[in-house]
Parts: sequence; structure tokens; C-alpha cells
Amino acid sequence: MGIIRSLSQLLLVCCLLWPALASAQVDDSQAQQLLTALAESSFKEKKSVVNQIAGSGDDRARTWLEAYGDNKLGRIESSGDFIIVLKNRGRNWTVQSALSGENLGEISRRDIDTIRVNNALRNELEGILSVIDLKSPDEDNRLTAARALKGSVDDTLAERVPDFIAAEESDAVQAALTEALAIYQVEEQGDVSAVATLSGSLNSEARAALQQAQNSDDPALAAAAAKAMESIEQKLKMNRAAETLYFGLSLGSVLVLAAIGLAITFGVMGVINMAHGELIMLGAYTTWGMQQLLPGQPGLALILSIPAGFLVAALAGIAIERTVIQHLKGRPLETLLATFGVSLILQQLVRTVISPLNRTVITPDWMSGSVMINEGLSLTLNRMYVIGFALVVFAGLMLIMRKTRLGLEVRAVTQNRAMARSMGIKATKVDILTFGLGSGVAGLAGVALSQITNVGPNLGQSYIIDSFMVVVFGGVGNLWGTLLAGLSLGTINQLLEPWAGAVLAKILVLVLIILFIQKRPRGLFPQKGRAAEG
Amino acid sequence: MQKSVCDLIPEVPINDEKDSHNMTIKKHVKLGLSALALSISLNSVAAEDPIKVGILHSLSGTMAISESTLKDTMLMLIEKQNEEGGINGRMLEPVVVDPASNWPLFAEKARELLAKEKVDVIFGNWTSVSRKSVLPVVEELNGLLFYPVQYEGEESSENVFYTGAAPNQQAIPAVDYLMNQIGVERWVLAGTDYVYPRTTNKILETYLKDKGVAADDIMINYTPFGHSNWQSIVSDIKKFGSAGKKTAVVSTINGDANVPFYRELGNQGIDAADIPVVAFSVGEQELSGIDTGPLVGHLAAWNYFMSVDNDANYDFIDAWVEYTGNEEAVTNDPMEAHYIGFNMYVEAVKKAGTADVDAVKDAIIGVSVPNLTGGYATMMPNHHITKPVLIGEIQDNGQFSVVWETASTVAGDAWSDFLPGSKDLISDWRKPLFCGNFNVVSGTCGGKSEVASN
Repeated sequence: MGIIRSLSQLLLVCCLLWPALASAQVDDSQAQQLLTALAESSFKEKKSVVNQIAGSGDDRARTWLEAYGDNKLGRIESSGDFIIVLKNRGRNWTVQSALSGENLGEISRRDIDTIRVNNALRNELEGILSVIDLKSPDEDNRLTAARALKGSVDDTLAERVPDFIAAEESDAVQAALTEALAIYQVEEQGDVSAVATLSGSLNSEARAALQQAQNSDDPALAAAAAKAMESIEQKLKMNRAAETLYFGLSLGSVLVLAAIGLAITFGVMGVINMAHGELIMLGAYTTWGMQQLLPGQPGLALILSIPAGFLVAALAGIAIERTVIQHLKGRPLETLLATFGVSLILQQLVRTVISPLNRTVITPDWMSGSVMINEGLSLTLNRMYVIGFALVVFAGLMLIMRKTRLGLEVRAVTQNRAMARSMGIKATKVDILTFGLGSGVAGLAGVALSQITNVGPNLGQSYIIDSFMVVVFGGVGNLWGTLLAGLSLGTINQLLEPWAGAVLAKILVLVLIILFIQKRPRGLFPQKGRAAEG
Repeated sequence: MQKSVCDLIPEVPINDEKDSHNMTIKKHVKLGLSALALSISLNSVAAEDPIKVGILHSLSGTMAISESTLKDTMLMLIEKQNEEGGINGRMLEPVVVDPASNWPLFAEKARELLAKEKVDVIFGNWTSVSRKSVLPVVEELNGLLFYPVQYEGEESSENVFYTGAAPNQQAIPAVDYLMNQIGVERWVLAGTDYVYPRTTNKILETYLKDKGVAADDIMINYTPFGHSNWQSIVSDIKKFGSAGKKTAVVSTINGDANVPFYRELGNQGIDAADIPVVAFSVGEQELSGIDTGPLVGHLAAWNYFMSVDNDANYDFIDAWVEYTGNEEAVTNDPMEAHYIGFNMYVEAVKKAGTADVDAVKDAIIGVSVPNLTGGYATMMPNHHITKPVLIGEIQDNGQFSVVWETASTVAGDAWSDFLPGSKDLISDWRKPLFCGNFNVVSGTCGGKSEVASN
């Protein structure tokens, strides 16, 4: 302890001297000392060591601190050399020297001691790194850094922020910095004049600062803060409403995707296919397989999985139709049981052949994260893509059913099989193609679901009930009904969830559907005409 | 007891572990001869029969994801023990059954193992509901069950050994860490809707209120198994956490619902520095299914992490990687629990000199074996073991880095001190007390009939 303290005092003196020195480089023995202090001190002491490193002005300081924040700064146990870990998976890690930057190749995990970091330190590091980044020539970097400063401005930093604001050219960065400073002024100094800056801000740190100010002993401050909060609450309400709608639509689009294939096989052909969920699963596994075939290119693999997933699921569907379903035509109960068996077989097949464990499907960069509409509302990107994808699939399917010969034949066969056959339509061929189409669309749903849920043998099970619910609610045989039913069930579910809880919300939706079916047995859009009578 | 034919085989020395050739010959000769012995006198139980180890883990169905690795762990441990010459010269023979994630089937399979296969010990179960289903069978047929998963406590059976954590070995220390080290004042208790999360959250709620946390500062949320649409719940948590007080989420969310949950956290930008999530059911294996980049800094409380810097741990990992043939294979807490439980069983059989259930039950209390984190685990009289409690933060490589640990090991408490029904109960399976739910106030033993149901 004592040694470390005197060492850190020594270092502190050095640090104070450094800015005076012309060279921005510390020599290796000093660097070694700094890093040793970092490695050997307790979490509380590490904080000051981190600041010393940042203050050393060394060019390598940023690399060290960044690596430390990522838990990648370490020491080789046997030699005591400091290293930066480049690859930290498996039993052997690839490392480079922290001081010289030389690549040291692979070293056994046993021989590496990483320097421990925790959340508090990581937060501190983020603040330090963003101060360094505030001098970056790239405006985006500066903006991110300025936003990260909100809520983490402390006494020493507060003195420097006005200089940064003065030196800043971009308005957006200036605004963010001003807000960061205002949060500090309200929170720590109880500055009434700063409250106006925060009024209308949706940043959670700003809100926290105002909330604290509301309860302050200074009546002027409390009143100003309360007023500012009011305007924020207004905006927040709007945000919440928009967010709930988005959540509803995104859940709805997932339901639509999962159900639309079923709307064709069950709705149009009248086949109860309990293995529909497993066809979705196959689509998801195809995505996984594609990513295994194209390592390092998850985005390309995902795009290629769209046709591949369709094909795999369609072929599997056709195989099921040929081997099981066609022999059970007109016997719905047997079809239900047989396809349920098929679904169990497919699940266990995946478990035995691939693995009972979930597979990792990588989300490509352009699909992860969220789009920030304002500071209180950001929409997650993967969901947005799924909504778009669901609409495209729906439009494509509508086009096929309305504008192509296949669609015409399908409609003819379902409306009056005998009549269609006597007009020269090959009913068996139409059956195969329709079932293949429905199954293929299930595969597409699987590709999309691989981005938002687990890819595992149980994937399909969790969607089969929901799919049937959507189809029945929407009106059997009507694609528009499926779209509307999916979206509205999703939205209702998300509206109920905040106050009823996830479990109860699901139950309520189910009760709602049962009541609705009692009133309108044929769903939202009942089929009209003689075909529906039978 | 009749002397077995096997005793007549000249002992081939097997001091050298690497000399597997000799061993295989001996094993084959022995197996052949024991079969012969069996056919000669069917009703004689030879002393050199293998010790049968039942493995009761789901290999299909929902729980296969977690349980199938435990089956492989057991097979590996048994294989290693046999390479070292078995126990007291008797080889171990694994008997694997598949209860298929079907709770009533667990009871049937346990009965099959005990009554038909006549196994000497069972290692198995994951979910509490499956353990509850097996419990009456194991007690009726006087079997031995080693249960390797953290659970809600409120149970102590004469026939079950709990090698996973009780709430006081995981949940309570984790909450203490958040409260004292991080300064958390507002709590979200989120869990999957079944017995383990509900009981654990009940305990935690009482504990937090005892510590002076207001009811308004506790939010409790339950979701169904396999829940995948976390949007509004995560956004609620975000809202709850923006009230100006430091907020943390204590998660007892189980199984694969965790993947979409963490993904949503990442997408909605909930940073571990703002609202840390501490999980009790998320280990290395669950994390191997997700990109952990956005999760860095979120916490988990366990009694073992794969990243623990200890030679015994590295040896275990090496053995596991070799056994599975997968360089990226991960180890986790329940695997360590089986490692400890298995070694305790081996020691107890050696100590008792027999695999007889009652003798092993007596011998195992007080047995100490090394754990994988550099300490020792001891079997306590209440059939729970001593464990260190570790808090780890998630790293970008799907591993945890330990940020805090208890100064010494903590003994598992079967009956929580924070539930009104159980705070006066203790469990001690040594004579003369020999009771799983002794009430220290009334001085009476509840007996089997009164095992608190959850």
C-alpha cells in the first residue's frame, strides 16, 4: 500500500510536469511503472492511476485506456510484460506488446493476467476518452463524445468545457456540450439560469438533474425545474405513444410473417399443418447455415438466406405434402395428428443432427442498434427491417395470388375443385405448388425471426399457436384479414402489456379472440359466396 | 457375500495412468468374467460389480439446451474416474436416460433408474419442477440424487444433495454487492413466471424492505417461458430507471428468453453503467448464443466462472475441450457443481468402503473436496455445500470478469431467513436430530409431510 501511494504521488508530480515538457512521449520504464501501478492497485486507486495515464500525454495512452476499458490490457504472468489482447476467444489468445506494439503471436490463456476493470472505471474511462475525442477532427466523433459527456462532467472537467464550446465549430456539438455543462450546473451547483437550457431536453441525465432540482430547498430553482419538467413530460407522453405504436407494429409484423404462410396452406387449402412452425425453424437454420458458409460476411449471408430459406422450407413443405398430407385429404383430424408428429420429428432431427443448443446468428452491423428520432425516442433497427420485410412479403404474395396464373388456378381449385379440374387444371400440381409457396413463406419468416429471437429447435413451437390465432381471427382464406389481424393483435398486446404484464396480456388477447369468434365465427373478413357455405 | 469370480483375476498393476493398454485388457477380462459370474449365479450380487451412476438429464425438449452438456460432463467425469481405477477397485458404469423435458416423465425415469437399473446414485435434474417431481420417488425408493443447479431453497431431503447455490449463496450476496458497492436504490426484479423466480423474488423483496427500500422503489415483473418480445418491458425498465436514483435489474429470467432480452437491452441502448442487470441464470453457455458486445458490464452472480484464474479450472477446461473436441466449448457453474458433487460422492464411497446408500449418506456429511475456484467445498449436515460467491461482469468474448467475491465460502441455507414460514426451520441430517425441517422455536420436526410447498 505504502509503496503504491508514494509511487502514485511520484507519478502525480511527474504528470504535473509533463505538459511543460515538449515531448509527448514517456519512456518505457515510466510507462511500465504507470501500467504496473494500474495492475496492482485496488479498484478505488485505479481511478487516479487512469487519470495519470490520461494526463501523461503519451501517444499510446489512448490505446492503453481503450484496451483497458475493453478488458484487453494485461500482463504476461511469467515475464511481467504488458500486453494488449487482440483475440480473446478459446484457450490461446493473440497478443501484442503494449509498449512497442510488436505482435507477440498466440499465448496460452493460463499465462495471461488481464487487468480487472469494472463499470465505475469503464464510465470514468468513457469520460476521459471522450475528452480526448473532443479534439478529434471528425465531427461525428466529437458529437458522440459530447453526448457521452452528459451526466459525467465533474469539477475539473467543468472548467474546461467552456473552452471546448468556444473552440467548437459545429452547432450540434456546441449544443450537446452546453447541455452537458448545464446538467452539471443544475445538479452540482443549483444554478437557476442553467435550467432554461435543459427545458425540453429529453436526455435522461438532464431529466434526473431536473428531478433532483425540483426537490431542492431553493424555491426559485425548484419552481423553474418543475416548469421545465412539465414541458418534458408533455414531450415524453407523445414519445411513449409513438413508441407503443412502433412496438405494436413490430410485434404485429412478426405475427403476420409467421402466419401468412399458414394463411395460404390452412386458409386457402384448408390443411391444418402443425409442422408450420418447424418450417419457420428450417428457414432460421438456413440463415445460420449460410453464415457458417460465408464467415465474416453476415450481411451478405443474410441476404442470400432469403432465397435459400424460401427454397429449403418450400422443398421440405412439398416433401411433407407428398408423403403425408395428400394421403389424408379430407380428414382434418388425422392431418392434424400426422403433421404434429412430423413437427416433433423435425425438431428432434435438428437436435440430433445439429445440436440441442441454440445457434448464434450474427446480426449484421447495418441491422443492429437503433435510429435516434430524438433523445427520448429511438427505434430499433432490426425491428424496422422486419416490419419492412413483412410488408414486402405480403405485397409479393398478394401479387402472386392476384396477378399470376398460379394464383388464378389456386383460387379456382379452392373454390370448386371438381369444376376446376374439369376445366383442365391439374389439381394435384396446384396443391403441390400452393403448399410449397406457403411453406416457402414460412421459411422467409424464419430468416427474419433469426434476427430477433433464438435460433434453436424450439423456435417453431413458440409461433405455431400465435399463427393459427392470427389466421382464424383474420378470417380463414383472406390474406388482407391476416395482415390486419396480425398488426392489430400485436398492437393490442403491446397496449395491454405495460399495465397488465406480459403473462396477463397474452391471456387477455386470447380471451378477446374467443369472444370475437363467438360473435363473428368467420373472423374479421369472412369468405363470402357459395364456397364458404360448405 | 459370495466371492466373485473377478477376485480371482491376478491384479494387473495400474499405477501408471498412461498405461491404458493394460487397463483395457483388465477391463475387458473383468467385464467378460463378471458377465460369466452373473450367468453362473444370477442371484448373487458380486462385490466387484460396477457402481451404477444414473444420469437423469433431458436430452430432448426445451431443457436439452442446458441439460445435455451436464450429461456429457458426467460421462467425462466417470470416464476419468475409471481411468484412475474407479472407486475402491470398482468401475463406474453410467446409465443415461432421457426424461425429455417432461416433468412427470422425470419421476418415471427416476423410478426406472432406481427400481429396474438399480443405480447406486443419480446425478440429474435442472428445473425445480422436475426436482419436485422426482423427490417422492427418490425418497420412497431410498436413492441418492445430486442436484447441480442454483435453486430457490425451502427444501431439504434426506436423499437429495444440493450442490447448486441456495438463495443465500447467490441472490442475497449479489443484492448486497449492488447496494453497498454500486449504491443501487431502485430495484427491478424481473423473472420468468415459475417457482424459482417467484420464491427468490419473494425472498429478495422481504430482504430489500428489511434494508429500508420503499415499496415504490421495487418493480416486479414476470414473463412467460421463452418470451421473445421484450420491447415494452425493456422500455418500462428504462422509464423506471430514469427517476434519478441509481437503478439495477435483478434478473431471474430463465432459459432462452434471455437472448432476446439482452438483445433488446442492447438495441434500446441500456448501458451497464446506467442500469446494470445482474442475472442468476445467465452463464457462459447462454452467452455463447449472443453477440455480447452491447452487454459488456452487465453482471451475473455465480459460484464459478470459466474465466477464474486457477490451475484446477484450466485443467478442467482442457479436459472438457478435449472431451467435446470443440476448441470453443465453454464450462459453467452447474458443470462445476456436478464436478464437486461427483468428487464428493467418490470420496464418500471411499470413506464408507461401500456404495450402499445409507452408508454413503452418513459418510458424505463433512466430506471436503477442492472446487474449481481455488478453495474447498464441504458437504454440510443440511445436504447443501459451501461455496464462494463471485460477481462477474460480462466481457465482449462471452466470458465474465470477476469484480467481487466473498471473503470466504458461504454455507448453503436450506430454509431462508427472509420468509415468514421458514425462518425458524433448520435442517440437520446427522443423528440424533436427523430432520430436514426442524423448528427451533417449537422444537419439533416437521417430517416429510410438511415439506413446504411453493
